[in-house]
Amino acid sequence: MTDGSQEKANGATRWIGTRPVRPDGVDKVTGRARFGADVHLPNMLVGKVLRSPHAHARLKSIDTTRARSLPGVKAVVTRDDFEDLPSEFVPAGEMLVNYRDIVRNVMAREKVLYEGHPVAAVAAVGERAAKEALDLIEVGYEVLPHVMDVEEAMAPDAPLLHEDMITAGVEPAPETPSNVAKVVEFGHGDVEAGFAEADVMVEREFRTRPVHQGYIEPHSCVASFSEDGQAELWCTTQGHFIVRGHCAKLLGMEVSRLRVTASEIGGGFGGKTVVYLEPLALMLSRKSGNPVKMTMSREEVFRASGPAPGTCIRVRVGVRRDGRITAGEAELKYQAGAFQGSPVQLGCMCAFAPYDLENVKVTGYDVVANRPKATAYRAPGAPQSEFAVESVIDELAKAIGMDPVALRLKNAAKEGTRAAYGPTFGPVGLVETLEAAGAHEHYRARLAPGQGRGVASGFWFNIGGETCANLNLGEDGTIALVAGTPDIGGSRAALCLQAAEALGVDVETIRPLIADTSSLGYTFLTGGSRTAFASGMAVIEASKDMIGQLCERAAKIWDIPVDAVEWVEGEARPAGANAGEFESLPLADLAGLAGKTGGPIVGRAQINAQGAGPSFGTHVVDVDVDRETGRVEILRYTVIQDAGKAVHPDYVEGQMQGGAVQGIGWALNEEYVYDENGRLENPGFLDYRIPVCSDVPMIDTVIVEVPNPTHPYGVRGVGETPIIPPMAAIANAVEGALGIRFTDLPMSPPRVLKALDEARLPEAAD
Amino acid sequence: MMAKAHVTTTINGDPVEFLCDVEQTLLDVLRDELHLTGSKEGCASGDCGACSVVVDGRLVCACLMLGVEAQGHSVETIEGMATGDRLHPLQTKFLEHAALQCGVCTPGFLVAAKSLLDRNPDPTETEVRYWLAGNLCRCTGYDKIVRAVLDAAAEMRGATA
Amino acid sequence: MRYEAPESVGEVVSLLAGDGPRGRVLAGGTDLLVQLRAGMIAPDVIIDIKGIGETREIRENGDVLVVGAAVTGAELGEHATARAMWPGVVEALELIGSTQIQGRASLAGNLCNASPAADTVPALIAAAATCTVAGPSGTRNVPVEDVCTGPGQLSLGDGEFVVAFELPKPPPRSADAYLRFIPRTEMDIAVVGAGVSLSLDEDGWCTAARVTLGAVAPTAILVEEAGAALIGTGCGDAAIEATAAAARAACRPIDDKRGTAEYRTKVAGVLAARAARTAVERARNA
Repeated sequence: MTDGSQEKANGATRWIGTRPVRPDGVDKVTGRARFGADVHLPNMLVGKVLRSPHAHARLKSIDTTRARSLPGVKAVVTRDDFEDLPSEFVPAGEMLVNYRDIVRNVMAREKVLYEGHPVAAVAAVGERAAKEALDLIEVGYEVLPHVMDVEEAMAPDAPLLHEDMITAGVEPAPETPSNVAKVVEFGHGDVEAGFAEADVMVEREFRTRPVHQGYIEPHSCVASFSEDGQAELWCTTQGHFIVRGHCAKLLGMEVSRLRVTASEIGGGFGGKTVVYLEPLALMLSRKSGNPVKMTMSREEVFRASGPAPGTCIRVRVGVRRDGRITAGEAELKYQAGAFQGSPVQLGCMCAFAPYDLENVKVTGYDVVANRPKATAYRAPGAPQSEFAVESVIDELAKAIGMDPVALRLKNAAKEGTRAAYGPTFGPVGLVETLEAAGAHEHYRARLAPGQGRGVASGFWFNIGGETCANLNLGEDGTIALVAGTPDIGGSRAALCLQAAEALGVDVETIRPLIADTSSLGYTFLTGGSRTAFASGMAVIEASKDMIGQLCERAAKIWDIPVDAVEWVEGEARPAGANAGEFESLPLADLAGLAGKTGGPIVGRAQINAQGAGPSFGTHVVDVDVDRETGRVEILRYTVIQDAGKAVHPDYVEGQMQGGAVQGIGWALNEEYVYDENGRLENPGFLDYRIPVCSDVPMIDTVIVEVPNPTHPYGVRGVGETPIIPPMAAIANAVEGALGIRFTDLPMSPPRVLKALDEARLPEAAD
Repeated sequence: MMAKAHVTTTINGDPVEFLCDVEQTLLDVLRDELHLTGSKEGCASGDCGACSVVVDGRLVCACLMLGVEAQGHSVETIEGMATGDRLHPLQTKFLEHAALQCGVCTPGFLVAAKSLLDRNPDPTETEVRYWLAGNLCRCTGYDKIVRAVLDAAAEMRGATA
Repeated sequence: MRYEAPESVGEVVSLLAGDGPRGRVLAGGTDLLVQLRAGMIAPDVIIDIKGIGETREIRENGDVLVVGAAVTGAELGEHATARAMWPGVVEALELIGSTQIQGRASLAGNLCNASPAADTVPALIAAAATCTVAGPSGTRNVPVEDVCTGPGQLSLGDGEFVVAFELPKPPPRSADAYLRFIPRTEMDIAVVGAGVSLSLDEDGWCTAARVTLGAVAPTAILVEEAGAALIGTGCGDAAIEATAAAARAACRPIDDKRGTAEYRTKVAGVLAARAARTAVERARNA
């Protein structure tokens, strides 16, 4: 038996690269699709969370007596309802989380560690009673000094969040606790020797603010516990198997007793890879015996979920006059928020990944502070460190009078390059994106006076991981595709296309479904740009499995050996003249005969997908700056990225465009504003300013395809890379427009105007 | 406890009666009482547009209007946009252009875009962008949404010409 | 909480007088509902004034244009006479929020929310608009600049509410303009706002000018010196710069999440100058 999928890897494809309407599309344009908050159950209670008003306080007492006696209140939960858990790290997306911390993050135990930290939750019949009950809970706080800034948190006299935290990764281990959870180091070669060879060296310090993922759908779930200890949970999440695992752990359940269904998900970008409300809703449901729905307000989303960490980053790079980079060094300090586990390690690994360097050293510090625990946000850790490095690269290009694309090309990582973080790259597409950028009409177009153009590149690993997929063959030959990765941006379409390609059938005959946690084997979350790649691989494997069964059935019908059957263009055919003369058997015929030839046909795959190819991108942006108000306008934007192979090019472009615009927000306006008490002052979309439609131009895209050899069709993840280059590309463009190098984000109007005024002062003195 | 208010209104052309508390917004009523969950709550403060509905021909945020204010008025929601089994051209164009990723902002965008095209059948890109500035999308970067609206407008002009 | 939708001005007054400070007037609700949801206010009664004819109409009455308290931004923007007469006032109302907000937001709501950053208030003050205030002792006309006394604070007495605005018909060769600065292109609250209303004589000399600023003091302010810097000039660069300087000098802003005092002061001058140029341009073409 043979199948067609491998042969097609280098040849023409029928479905891969086409742009059909997504199978879940109609539900989403009619309002029919059910998102997290759209589930209603009979006898459902409303659950609400009481949150700390303090950034840092010892929790001395929680008295829920009055709340519990309020008519309509069915359950109240506090720290006393959850068993403490020992320290144990588990993966969540590309990041790690610790059960000891999760149990404390969903419900404060000894202390509250940020404003918005949950201290109690209630379930009541209706919104009004639930709110009233919250007001009746009496909490005794002993307010402690707090610390917000990463550098202040590292100071020897800083208030300690965790009195027992000893910095890991330092030899010998420190004797006193601090807010530094971990120090990590990557690199190779001898950076000092490298710097000694440099003709020009640039060293800069950068600061970025925390930013929120900004998904439009707030966290929401409905939990329903039954008296026999089984429970169902519907929630908006990037990974319902992860939710199941975390909740089962926190509630002391067997995972088989908890069935989690992922609703449609209204954006996540990494922010829906952890649990917040879900364990509380389950506990409230267990205690009350009713289904409980919990939904965060937008304010709660901002105060208590996300963000991506704020950072302080120092970068030093040396270059010879001929453009060869001799060494790169960086020191990264990342805010982890209330609990350890910022993505600093990923930031370290990515910082210099676009470059082929002989001498490189990156050191990272994971630092806790009185903010919400940092959560993955699209390429977690990388946008900050690559912003810093890509800004310095631009400055070096200017210093040696070299075109910034040419400088990058001269040093670009390529197949065989040993990355700063260890491994040697296989085929990668950075050179191709840079060449495409340099050749693009945008890069050559004339700028009006006062405008600036910037370019920057970005790298992200992408991941694979544990993944299942089933293909259930219907009796008429149509197929239900069952996957376990929530569809956050059109992945159902990408999976159907891969199955259609592998099976040689019309994509319209395949209907996808995201199964609940009991209906499919363990599947890691939608994150790490892994879904089109890893669920795609699983779907292709399941297709092969199905093809094998189909060929067996055909062999049985024809009474020939299965080796003598081949699967071509969606039908079984005798493989060559020696196999015999038989009319080919299309899928639908085999499906109809399945009952008589051995029973139902299901293609299955359970894989641990390896070999996710990294994706590189290069962005080009033009800006203008209002010299009197400091406002930066994005005039033109082009994203060029290696997709390996674009399965559904519309959705690949969509990832590139969406990531770029998130990056524009990060670069120009998005930041948290805290008051002196550590209370967030802008917990809403009014003053946390994500880009609106009129802020941005069309985002042009160029998809480069350097196939990933480990995927049958060459697919690489594409989702995360596009958020990495914008901050540096825009900073470089602003530098081009104003001659001022911005090292702090966001480049908001007040900051830009201040810098302009400072730059004007010497002029005025002349 | 206060008695609930009795409200008689028209939703997507049909007469509807409901009971609600005064503090419930039209969005609360649509979603929690009438189970019309196509209108989404993204912010509850009028900053995201995910709950866009049309009341007496005006585009509004359902989260910024009380349910009781619907008395005697006419409300149009995403659930009323398609006719029978026929999608509105905007819905079709959103699908063709892949103008949605997660889809949670999509109902609001569609209701807002329809309200634009009802008034201005031939908008410029800039007019589309400013009209839709109150509808936040975090996934698409707006590019494909704007293209879908412009394309739908062109098709609708052709259809009515 | 009760909801009342009276059909006459008198009913509103008696409801407000009856419930005193526990009653809140609802027009477009774009601020009121946010405050309700956030628990910032908890009135006993919400009085919806949109059912009252006087609050919903735009009409010319002799020398004034009367704009009802609950007329929405969308409605005012579609009114050709209003646009032609007071383009700055119309653009100020239209700047508030999104298209969706425009479907509801009103002049009276913007005024009575009493935010220092309200967009329409500087424009209305520049236009020398007054408002008709109804109350237990009858109706009175109040200059818009006298309504807000501080952030969230109004000079209105118990039982009083704004029924309508009166915008005087401008003399020939007059125009107004309003500009605000926000970090994005839409959706934000003004970091600074500036309104200018002026008249030119037949030779192009400025005969009258009112310059106002928002978000640089506890209330919107009328900057007499900034207007005076234009009067008697041809509105050339020097006069415009003098206006900007006077605007900057009048600023008493605070640092807050939306901007620093320093930034607001600088940008106030920039916007005053830009709004003045636009108003001059409009007046020359009027």
